[in-house]
Amino acid sequence: MTTYADYTTGEPVADTKAPAGPVNERWDTRRFEAKLVNPANRRGKTVIVVGTGLAGGSAGATLAEQGYHVVQFCYQDSPRRAHSIAAQGGINAAKNYRNDGDSIHRLFYDTVKGGDFRSRESNVHRLAQISVEIIDQCVAQGVPFAREYGGLLDTRSFGGVQVSRTFYARGQTGQQLLLGAYQALSRQIAAGTIEMHARTEMLDLIVVDGRARGIVARDLITGKIDTYYADAVVLASGGYGNVFYLSTNAMNSNATAVWRAHRRGAYFANPCFTQIHPTCIPRTGEHQSKLTLMSESLRNDGRIWVPKAKGDDRPANKIPEDERDYYLERIYPSFGNLVPRDIASRAAKNVCDEGRGVGPGGQGVYLDFADAIKRMGRKAVEAKYGNLFDMYQRITDEDPYEVPMRIYPAVHYTMGGLWVDYDLQTTVPGLFAIGEANFSDHGANRLGASALMQGLADGYFVLPATINDYLARNPLGDDVDDDHPVVQEVLAETEDRLNLLLSVDGDRTPDSFHRELGELMWEFCGMARTDSGLRKALERIPQIREEFWRRIKVPGTGEEFNQSLEKANRIVDYLELAELMCLDALHRAESCGGHFREESQTPDGEAARKDDEFGYAAAWEFTGTGEAPTLHKEDLVFEYVHPTQRSYA
Amino acid sequence: MVPVTSCDMALATRTDRRPSMARTVWDSTVGKKTVMAVSGLVMLLYLVAHMIGNLKIYFGVEEFNHYAHWLRTIGEPFMHYEWTLWLIRVVLVVAVVAHAVSAYQLSRRDIKARPSKYVHKKARSSYATRTMRWGGIILGLFIVWHILDLTTGTVHSGGFETGKPYQNVVDTFSTWYGNVIYIVAMLALGLHIRHGFWSAAQTLGAGSRTRDRALKTTANVLALLLTIGFVAVPVGVMTGVVS
Amino acid sequence: MKLTLRVWRQKNADADGAMSTYQVDGISSDMSFLEMLDTLNEELILKGEDPVAFDHDCREGICGACSLVINGDAHGPERTTTCQLHMRSFQDGDTIDIEPWRASAFPVVKDLVVDRSAFDRIIQAGGYITAPTGAAPEAHATPVPKPDADLAFEHAECIGCGACVAACPNGAAMLFTSAKVNHLNVLPQGAPERETRVLDMVGQMDAEGFGGCTLTGECATACPKGIPLVSITSMNKEWLRATRKVAKK
Repeated sequence: MTTYADYTTGEPVADTKAPAGPVNERWDTRRFEAKLVNPANRRGKTVIVVGTGLAGGSAGATLAEQGYHVVQFCYQDSPRRAHSIAAQGGINAAKNYRNDGDSIHRLFYDTVKGGDFRSRESNVHRLAQISVEIIDQCVAQGVPFAREYGGLLDTRSFGGVQVSRTFYARGQTGQQLLLGAYQALSRQIAAGTIEMHARTEMLDLIVVDGRARGIVARDLITGKIDTYYADAVVLASGGYGNVFYLSTNAMNSNATAVWRAHRRGAYFANPCFTQIHPTCIPRTGEHQSKLTLMSESLRNDGRIWVPKAKGDDRPANKIPEDERDYYLERIYPSFGNLVPRDIASRAAKNVCDEGRGVGPGGQGVYLDFADAIKRMGRKAVEAKYGNLFDMYQRITDEDPYEVPMRIYPAVHYTMGGLWVDYDLQTTVPGLFAIGEANFSDHGANRLGASALMQGLADGYFVLPATINDYLARNPLGDDVDDDHPVVQEVLAETEDRLNLLLSVDGDRTPDSFHRELGELMWEFCGMARTDSGLRKALERIPQIREEFWRRIKVPGTGEEFNQSLEKANRIVDYLELAELMCLDALHRAESCGGHFREESQTPDGEAARKDDEFGYAAAWEFTGTGEAPTLHKEDLVFEYVHPTQRSYA
Repeated sequence: MVPVTSCDMALATRTDRRPSMARTVWDSTVGKKTVMAVSGLVMLLYLVAHMIGNLKIYFGVEEFNHYAHWLRTIGEPFMHYEWTLWLIRVVLVVAVVAHAVSAYQLSRRDIKARPSKYVHKKARSSYATRTMRWGGIILGLFIVWHILDLTTGTVHSGGFETGKPYQNVVDTFSTWYGNVIYIVAMLALGLHIRHGFWSAAQTLGAGSRTRDRALKTTANVLALLLTIGFVAVPVGVMTGVVS
Repeated sequence: MKLTLRVWRQKNADADGAMSTYQVDGISSDMSFLEMLDTLNEELILKGEDPVAFDHDCREGICGACSLVINGDAHGPERTTTCQLHMRSFQDGDTIDIEPWRASAFPVVKDLVVDRSAFDRIIQAGGYITAPTGAAPEAHATPVPKPDADLAFEHAECIGCGACVAACPNGAAMLFTSAKVNHLNVLPQGAPERETRVLDMVGQMDAEGFGGCTLTGECATACPKGIPLVSITSMNKEWLRATRKVAKK
């Protein structure tokens, strides 16, 4: 059995699409330089969009409005259920409605800095520019944002940012924005410009003569495997947080689309950059299937603590004040409970590792509102956080007004993804990646309320402008059909894989493997990573993979609705992707953003970046199953925001 | 139809040509409910007048029979004898037929929309809500009997005499089955109005969060008053107050 | 906890279904209802039996995928989604009946999974505002009074799970349809298409074979997001207004 013992370094990769010149003019320049497709010719061009979340939904709708023939897919029973729907907090936009000193440049600056200087300036600046248009677009669609009594939009500050630039719709901003995109999508489906395939999952990418020409997808109800052809393929299939088994992602969110694209030639960038959110409800036991996020806003008024003594199992209310350790306030006196996500998460892990964690298994810390209730009164706390408290109580059966909440970090978002250039095109011509599926805008850490912004920016505004250029410059013939040898091969591979899964008939369930992989990843590639731990994981993953193919048990057949088969097939890809994540984490011997290497920290335990050595995005090329991948570095140049070490002490 | 270019295509999603208003109403579940609401309210209005008229029976033969006669002369001299009454009858027949046909069609549709029942059964919604369909059928049958009994006299128990309504009524309620049929029907009527009135208000869009209590109270009061008012007649006969 | 489950099993849309009985043991009261079913399925897989198919995704009560009728209640005894229902709502030794949404407009796909694409088609019929990307005016160009914005939001909370249809004795989709009609019709942005929206959506709702409304209120009681029954009243009003207006044109 071969393992990824090592990797080779290939030619650097560069973004050739972002124009030179002042950063604030680049997007205009690119839009002007991009070739257009004659409106009359658009109908004859087909674009496949995989996924219907904020990025996919908005892209599909916009491309169809432009006149393209869109063929769109989602594994859910309706495009309205994509996991963007679960985003709570809000969406950032540099509107400066508060006159509080916000600007496009400040949002750009905050995002580059927040990403710990591992993102591309051109992309981030464009994102900040477009943020303003997104709000206009969403309001026009009828998204019911929170408003002031004067009828104008309300904003709040979010995630420790100093300006109030986050637009929100109570705690359901993602839902409302997604429904807006879904409605736009629905309008086009009715108009016949989008051919929508719900409950259909992409299983592979068809690349002919170096260009993406279509996909292989399985109808989840009938089990029928079909081919779909197009002039360009857009992946909007989301992130890969479910590699960890337990995450805040939806149960069926998966990495198959991006991983299969990677296997067909698309580089995968920064796979180790995962965001761990500090305020999730801790797991209660082995049965736990997923984790639930509690809005970060709770840290505005709640105080985080653990008992000073190890193994103190008295109920929280019985622990006197002087025996409590408000560790964030102690270690970071100026930011206290409001330190960035990665710092809060790691601190929680540290105190739990010391044996001071609370709740079942000692995997939790208290988030206490007793002082807030004393200070503001119960009514005010209720008004501000009532729905979150209710949600907490429903899940844990504990009353957070009476006893402190218990929280623990959980995998939440993946900054890494398919490598894309300024046009959001991957290294496979004709294959585009948007939203969380790409790596482009968040660097090593994503700021709160920026995921929704990026998804919609990519889908509504960026991709529809840049894809024209590819389509105009690369007219394609009708030379690819089911008889094409490449298609035959891809189809055969897909069918073989599913048949193999069904035929092993072993003694372990898909979930048992997924859980095992997740626990391994959480331990060695989670909040804190070490050289030795990652090496251990890299040794263990191929073993799990080998065991998987020996012992997996998938009941039923492939010609029916078979959720076990769906699950098992996704795990096949997690088992490969996990390895690349660990390798990426191992090779990046620095700490930055969500990636914390214990070997690389400042004397006071903070993440220490090594810009000279690692000031690049790592784009990995697939060279074969079990073969050492090739690393292509994209050098990151900072002309406007100069790298500094973050300090929150 | 004008052919659309690829660009226009994306925007042309609304249909412009629409069927007539009557067609739209009759073809739609919401429209048919409107028909039921309006016809129901027409009947309700009639019932209020009918009940008030009925109570005249407590004021003796003369007054009651005079009232019955007056019903035939409403609108004179402009209207000919019984014209107004026939006009009312036509309106009522239309209302009853529209109400019943809509109810029948909607019910068939509803049953078709939920063909298989849940294995785990649960008692749900209020009694009045659940009895709308059966209550409606009971009331329909009652109306037929009521007309054959006291308007045409076809199935009347005593010797039916046109122009002597007081005696006819007393005769009817002198039989046990006359009382049973009538009282059961009036209880069904009460329940029907209780849900029906509130329901009609919702269908016609008159309900709102602030008005809900008032509407429910009105429905209850109306149901109660009509039931008591109508049942007062057989009770009067049974107790001998009316004889 | 030890439980007896009676679960609706149906191979596919064309097959006949029936309730099958299973025993599950070692259920923790902290488990969600779906995690309890996960436990059952793990056992079934190892026994070589077909696991119970059910829809689920976000498991935090917002995607609207989960859809079980539990002991005769859509989403079970608490007012929430099935994924947010926890086993502490049940007693050790209970027998729990689990059935799919039942309505002819929601045909069963397999076991507890139904086809809710009729909802998508209702939205496609008019549940949107025609606002092509790029055509939007500045967001503050049209202020929306806060009460209107709040009302729109309240209706926009609908997660499209279909519990309203499942609970309705007539299999009606009035609450779902009214939620979207009201969300958009209450906003100034939705005004230009106000009449066509309600007419087309109600037309599609009828065409899908949903039943009519008899205002039993079951839908609003089952709705995990608390869409009120009065939402239907508002839609009726919009519909009547639209029939009059369109007739005049």
